[in-house]
This record gives sequence, structure tokens and C-alpha cells, in this order.
Amino acid sequence: MQITIKYFGQIAEVTKLEEESLEFSGSLVSDLIEVLNKKYSKLINKDFQIAQNQELVSNETEITGQEIALLPPFAGG
Amino acid sequence: MSRYNRHIILSEIGQAGQDKISSAKALVIGAGGLGCPILQYLAAAGIGTLGIIDFDTVDISNLQRQILFGTSTLGKNKAEAAKQRLEDLNSDISIIAYAEKLTHQNAINLFNKYDIIVDGTDNFETRYLVNDACIITNKPLVFGAIYKFEGQVSVFNYKKGPSYRCLFPEAPAKGSVPNCSEIGVLGVLPGIIGTMQANEVLKIVLELGTTLSGKLFCYNALTLQNSILKISRNEKTIANVLKNKANFHKTKIDFNCEIEVVPISIDAFLSEENIQFIDVRETHEQPKIEDLNITYIPLSELENSLNKIDKPKKKALFCQSGTRCKRAVSLLQELNIENSFSIIEGASEIKNKIKNHQNER
Repeated sequence: MQITIKYFGQIAEVTKLEEESLEFSGSLVSDLIEVLNKKYSKLINKDFQIAQNQELVSNETEITGQEIALLPPFAGG
Repeated sequence: MSRYNRHIILSEIGQAGQDKISSAKALVIGAGGLGCPILQYLAAAGIGTLGIIDFDTVDISNLQRQILFGTSTLGKNKAEAAKQRLEDLNSDISIIAYAEKLTHQNAINLFNKYDIIVDGTDNFETRYLVNDACIITNKPLVFGAIYKFEGQVSVFNYKKGPSYRCLFPEAPAKGSVPNCSEIGVLGVLPGIIGTMQANEVLKIVLELGTTLSGKLFCYNALTLQNSILKISRNEKTIANVLKNKANFHKTKIDFNCEIEVVPISIDAFLSEENIQFIDVRETHEQPKIEDLNITYIPLSELENSLNKIDKPKKKALFCQSGTRCKRAVSLLQELNIENSFSIIEGASEIKNKIKNHQNER
């Protein structure tokens, strides 16, 4: 399945891009995280949440959507 | 009341709406980059009681974005300085300045005095404290946070909606997410995000439109891309916070900046051998120090780069102004890496000192 992944904040600094499309053959959000951790080794130390089709999802959620977002917390004010 | 005429002539607000604004009580946590525009618009709109809590003082580096301050308020407490400016803007409202730190000990009593809490803080410890105190006191929380060129806005604990912990359950590891003073921020960004927070406050007060409850608004100032992501309430997470209600006031925050790191002048190290100099600035930052053997480890990568640290050696860490290296040293101390020192001088001054040192030889 072809999915588009959006990266925010510090995550985009690790991946060095704000958006990419990739072919994904796993089933769960956790599978996708594993794929991304392999692709970007520094991702493993980052905190982030995942949204699928503009909705926050857990690691056990099945990947069904076309658009995934990796969202880190921001501290600044 | 001609002051609020432009509100009152809007049929969606009218005199009735303006009366709601006048009877509203909002507490703004932090009078910094976000706090300033929030306070400015809420005071101008006529929020009847406006509380400001901030322990910090105005520094010249704040003026790039903290628009309530000026050179005449340098060194003054931010809550007091903001109050002084806002009283000139609107003397019809009551403005209360709390020149103190928000803690688990004072939060509950303080929040109980207000209807809406607005988060303009700059660290995770206080953000989670604010969120939990809002759950306990059942107050809506208007949330905003920024990172370099990006911002997030939401409304938490409002009409059975989610809380910040439903989005990010726990604070990230210390030092893993830098704040504005460490990494920089586009000055206008907190203006945009803080103004959006003020807008959410007014919508809650006026019961107008739809708020960002259950939604996280994400904004990128460079691309103008924005997304609204749905967040669900996690009952278990909220129940956990409420379970600790009785012990809430006993909690103590271990603020990063409070870990005692005493900075030392570079002078102490210039004649020493067997010392590792570490530049914790981001790689693009200037000036570079050329005459010393420097290890480059940006603060943001410190925890992942411990292999670059020569543990048996004395380590002297420096940055642009002496702030980040202090943080880096406390991080190393937490990781049980000893014998590291924070240099008081910033890179430019260090460069000068090295030059003088070489001339003296």
C-alpha cells in the first residue's frame, strides 16, 4: 500500500524532509514505526504520536489510511 | 461603552456578549512569547479579571518577540511589567500579577479563582503541572506550544473533551526537546500562536463558533501548511490524574534549570592539557573556535552521542551564551558522566579570550 507520511518539528529534522511517500506492506502502526526506525536510526530516541487520516491513533491500530503524520510534542512558549 | 463598540456592533457578540467577556476571569501562565500576545488581546477585549503568573525577569533577548516589554522594563519581573503595560491598554479591567513560580503547591488555589487557564509556558514540567491542575479543578485549558517555525494549539479539559495527556501521555525525557532559549524561534511565531489562543479563550467565553476541543491545530510558518488532527479523550489517563488528587500538592518538580550547575570561566581551562572542549551549539552556529581541539555535539544530539565524550578527561562545554551548556552539563550529570563543566562565556568571548591568551604567551 502506498502511504504518505508527514513529519513535524524535530521529527522532520531527523528525516530531513517534511513529507514522503512509501510502499508499506505491514499491517499495524507499530509495524510502520519499525520500518521508519530502521530507515531513520535517530528516530528511536524521539517522542512522537501518530495520526492516521487526521486522527490520532495508537500503536495497535491497523494502517488503513493514505496519510500518516508523526507528531512530536513542543515545549516552547 | 465606546471602548468595546466594534465588538458590540457585531450581532454575534452584542452587549450581552461583551458583558460575558467583562465577567470572565482568565489566568495566563507565563508572560513570554505566547503570554504577551494572549494577554494583550484578552486585555484589549475587556476580559474582566486577568491573572498573570511568571517568576522570570525581562531580558533584552526577550524583546524580539515578547511584545509587552521594552527597554524601560529590562530586569523587571515579567508579570509586573506586563500588568503595567496592560493597565495602560485597559484600565477598566482588573489585572493581577503573581511574580512567582507556578508549583504543585500553589496551582490548585490559584486555578480555583479563574474560569479559564491559558498555557504560555516554555517547559514540559510546567505544561503537565498546568494540565493536571486543570483536570483536578475542572477548568478549561487553552494550550499553545511552539518549536522554531511550528506551532500547536488546542483546547483541553473542555466539555468532557480530551486533556494534554490524552495527546502526549507523559513528558519526554529531559533535554530531548529543546525550548526557544536553547534553539531559537521566529519572533512572529508566538504572536500567531498566542493570538490563536486568545481567540479560543474568547470563543469559550462567548460560546461562539467551534473551539479546538478534541482537535490539535498544527501550523508551519515557513510553508503555511496547517493540519487539524482529531484527539480522543482517554478516560483512564484522566482517572489516573484524579486518583492522585490528594497527593498533588506534595509533588515536587525537578526543574532542569534548577539542577545546580555552577558555570566557570574559560580562563580556568586555557592552560590545561588533557581536557576535552565540547561545542554544544548547532553545527551552523558562528563563530567557530579554531585554535582549540573541539568536539562538536549539538545539545539536541547529546544523549545519542555519548560515545564522542572522552569520559576520563575533564570536559569543558560551551555554547553561544552559556545557557545550553549549563543544560548539557546537568544532562551529563543525570547520566552519571562526571567531571564536566559549563563555560560561562559564549563562543565570541571565548574566541577573544583565546586570542589574548595566545598573545600573552
